[in-house]
Amino acid sequence: MEFFFQQLTNGLAVGGIYALIALGYTMVYGVLKLINFAHGDLFMIGAYLGLTLLTALGLADHLSPFGVIALLAVMVLALVAILGVVLERVAYRPLRQAHRLSAVVSALGASIFFQNIVMLIYGAKFHVYPHDLMPRTVVHIFGMPVPLIRILILLASVVMMVGLYTFIQRTKVGTAIRAAAIDQGAARLMGINVDRVIALVFVIGPALGGVAGLMVGIYYGQINFTMGWIYGLKAFTAAILGGIGNIPGAMVGGLLLGLIEAFAAAYLSIAWKDAFAFCVLILILIVRPTGLLGERVAEKV
Amino acid sequence: MLLKIENLHVKYGNVEALHGIDISVEQGEIVTILGANGAGKSTTLMAISGLVKVSEGSILFDGEPLNKLPAHDIVARGVAQAPEGRRVFGTLTVRENLNLGAYTSNDQQKISQNLDWVFELFPRLKERRNQMAGTLSGGEQQMLAVGRALMGNPRILLLDEPSLGLAPLLVKTIFDTVRQINQAGVTVVLVEQNARAALKLADRGYVMEVGHIVLKDSAANLLANPDVQSAYLGGRG
Repeated sequence: MEFFFQQLTNGLAVGGIYALIALGYTMVYGVLKLINFAHGDLFMIGAYLGLTLLTALGLADHLSPFGVIALLAVMVLALVAILGVVLERVAYRPLRQAHRLSAVVSALGASIFFQNIVMLIYGAKFHVYPHDLMPRTVVHIFGMPVPLIRILILLASVVMMVGLYTFIQRTKVGTAIRAAAIDQGAARLMGINVDRVIALVFVIGPALGGVAGLMVGIYYGQINFTMGWIYGLKAFTAAILGGIGNIPGAMVGGLLLGLIEAFAAAYLSIAWKDAFAFCVLILILIVRPTGLLGERVAEKV
Repeated sequence: MLLKIENLHVKYGNVEALHGIDISVEQGEIVTILGANGAGKSTTLMAISGLVKVSEGSILFDGEPLNKLPAHDIVARGVAQAPEGRRVFGTLTVRENLNLGAYTSNDQQKISQNLDWVFELFPRLKERRNQMAGTLSGGEQQMLAVGRALMGNPRILLLDEPSLGLAPLLVKTIFDTVRQINQAGVTVVLVEQNARAALKLADRGYVMEVGHIVLKDSAANLLANPDVQSAYLGGRG
């Protein structure tokens, strides 16, 4: 029972991280119908920025561990968001009128660029987050021990997801984002500045992805300049699983994929962990290509 | 003169769709633009709204040029459009669609006044306000498209084929409502293939053929014009 519970909480924490990254894929796809292949690398940059800020500013000497992490999260969020907007401006906006494939190639180029620039700056080796960043506190839930960090990661990702969902569903700007995702031309006829909506999507997605990078750094301790690739693919799988373009879908897909992976690794074979994730991708594409929560494509009259 | 279009050219790639057209609309008028498929009627409206680029000529709204402005600024100046095919946001509710029509406005009191007005014009929308727009019938979607355009308190309303695909009774309802909207002080430009209904409603009309204006006259004269009758009104009027 305890083993099961450990897998459950671990799966949920990792799933929360996948969900945060998946949101960036799904939101950009929703508005631009573009898979932003550089998104995983923005996530990776979030992890590196977190580490750099942590060591450069010597935060740990002045603040409590939670204060350090909160401050880091805010800074990483802001910096990666800026990077996201720059990426859109430089790599995607000039290609807005071009064929869709051109933007995909540009995205792959941006991905390679980000990986190499990080490799040049930090080197190709693994970097390690300080072990003493978080006290190794263990809390007991139903009498079973769970690392506090795991709970915090799950909580933080759920809070961000609920916040995003509320913003998208309840606010005027959120409605404008949904409208632009359905029909850009009609959105412009409503007086919505679609360029600004797209820029906003490139603020929100990368910001969440960057924080997810920080979370992985804190949770696993190790980061590498190629990590964006595998996490990006997993999160992309999560987005497809939930239904690409669908925001609640990305959240559900992320959590579900985290759980599937954790249980498959624990009860079947850990060596096949990644294979299980991608089997899920293949299965969903065969059985239900619109994803679990994917809407039928709205009919165009 | 509220709207003055002079020598308007629009190109799609290398193909010119509008070859220099002139249209003028006075404050308070209903002006209709008639013509067959591909004549350039919708292109004209899209050029006014800033969704297609003007390659030559000018569009003046209340003396100010629109053709250099981005689409969202044009809407903010009081030019609203209910586009061809309705283009309501299918997975948003009726209420959300209407709210988006008032996107450029921050005056909550004015917005709720407009909402009351739209619900008065189209009671059906009030009944269905929490329903997804995609689940509405074609006629209801057209009502929503028109209502949505009115939410921003426009000075001029551009209607692109509001009768398309609707039952005759519904067409009459929509056209009666357009008259009411006009009587409330909104200038209307109506693009239609249903020429008879449009001319009965309008003050003046333009007839377009392959990117040119070939006729302009009062609606009554156009209704009586034998050429218009044979080409657009199905023979003897």
